[in-house]
Amino acid sequence: MKMVTAIIKPFVLEDVKGALEQLGVLGMTVSEVQGYGRQKGHTEVYRGAEYSVDFVPKVRIEVVTDDSTAEKVLDAIAETARTGKIGDGKVWVTPIETVVRVRTGERGADAL
Amino acid sequence: MLNAGSTAWVLASAALVMLMTPGLAFFYGGMVRSKSVLNMLMMNFMCLAIVGVLWCLYGFSLAFGNDAFGGLIGGGAYLGLGNAFPDGSQYITGTSSGDGIPIYAFAMFQLMFAIITPALISGAVPERIKFWSWGLFVVLWSTIVYFPVAHWVFAFDGYTGETGGWIANQLKALDFAGGTAVHINAGAAGLALALVLGKRRGWPRDPGRPHSLPFVLLGASLLWFGWYGFNAGSALGANSNAAIAFTTTTLATCAATIGWLVVEQFRDGKPTTLGAASGAVAGLVAITPACAFVNPLGGLAVGFIAGAVCALCVSIKFKLGFDDSLDVVAVHLIGGLIGTILIGFFGTNSLNTAGANGLFYGGGFDQLWRQLVAAVAVLLYSFILTSIIALLIKSTVGFRVSDEEEAAGIDESQHAESGYDYSGLSGGGNHSLLGAGATGSATPATPREGAPR
Repeated sequence: MKMVTAIIKPFVLEDVKGALEQLGVLGMTVSEVQGYGRQKGHTEVYRGAEYSVDFVPKVRIEVVTDDSTAEKVLDAIAETARTGKIGDGKVWVTPIETVVRVRTGERGADAL
Repeated sequence: MLNAGSTAWVLASAALVMLMTPGLAFFYGGMVRSKSVLNMLMMNFMCLAIVGVLWCLYGFSLAFGNDAFGGLIGGGAYLGLGNAFPDGSQYITGTSSGDGIPIYAFAMFQLMFAIITPALISGAVPERIKFWSWGLFVVLWSTIVYFPVAHWVFAFDGYTGETGGWIANQLKALDFAGGTAVHINAGAAGLALALVLGKRRGWPRDPGRPHSLPFVLLGASLLWFGWYGFNAGSALGANSNAAIAFTTTTLATCAATIGWLVVEQFRDGKPTTLGAASGAVAGLVAITPACAFVNPLGGLAVGFIAGAVCALCVSIKFKLGFDDSLDVVAVHLIGGLIGTILIGFFGTNSLNTAGANGLFYGGGFDQLWRQLVAAVAVLLYSFILTSIIALLIKSTVGFRVSDEEEAAGIDESQHAESGYDYSGLSGGGNHSLLGAGATGSATPATPREGAPR
């Protein structure tokens, strides 16, 4: 099993969710995060004083999938979240040792 | 004889001015960090409570009682706001001009001025003062600084006492609604207090980003609305001076908003919401002393100059290194000085015969020097006395919270409350991990020993 983690721009979240539903992905976890990559932050000016806002608001998506779907999920997110401008984010895949469904105690792929 | 229209207008104006203090609280509250918003609101709201009590006990009497000493302070005729009104004269004042109003209407109208003036000072020193030390400061400052200065400026001979204050009656400087007594006074006090208290942790590296600009604009709008009571109400009657003041107040505020934004466009490249709110307030401040003494074009000029100059003055604190956090000096001291002094240039008695012609209307320098003397006298008195009061509080009960408390947020240390409970995507409801709701409902507070069950 794999976990696909994506850091994306907040406004593409709905599109990415739609694309994953089309692939048959049944669940995901979303969190609001802040950070920066190469685009860095931006500057705001209040009464003439400059404040640099280093951490930009982003959305982090986590999806646990079986091995065969991970690559499709990765591609779907990357394609849907792409605007071509700096700051589009990253997607990565990590291996998962095991998963338990809390309600039933099922383990492994059955728990997905 | 009582004038019903004037009484109604002054009472309504008093209520309008009352609303300015909560308006100011939100104007300031939006500019501080979210961890300090409640304390900022409370510093202002407590002025309503504290000064209201003082006003009844002795404040109104010190400001508006018959002069006790050299035009400097009122006597005890109105202690307790009730005993010994002069010869039991139906409690009415202003009858000589045909605008007879109950003295209580005047007392409540002036109370709202006494409340907002110390509240204005709080903007110089947010996020770092022990709450009850601020309360003590408000008591001492009102007593030693505001009540006497209000007497100097607002107590006219024969209105509430036979003899009034020296600026109004001897110097004859013009200050229609309080450019000196309210704005220069509060601005100079804010500067003194900021110097005695010192800067916030991390300033100026981290000047603290405003946490809610919608609050700031909402507060500025409430101030603008309430200011009609402040300025037009200062006519103390439903008369043409009230209408002139209403007109110039509007025009100056419009022009000042544009003036501030023009400076920002050239200096910073963007017109900001904070700039629009600040410009409007700067215009309101500057037109306050001048509102019934200039014509509509004069109002536009006073406003535009104030908006532009105050916008340029916000950088002074960084150059000189004092943390006047929300620019009480740049907006109220500078704005008050501009309005008070510009009467010496733009003043005209063509609309209001109680006015005077300034330099641009053939009046020469006569009114200008009177305006300068009044401005400098109030500035120096306020700055010096405020410094002494502040040093006294600092060296006895202490003024600032500890560094740790300041870092954690003054709302937590002084009030044990948080302004907001927006946690994560779920908005802080039952399903929030971090919100107080989930744990709070799961563990009911344990009743104290002996508390009723």
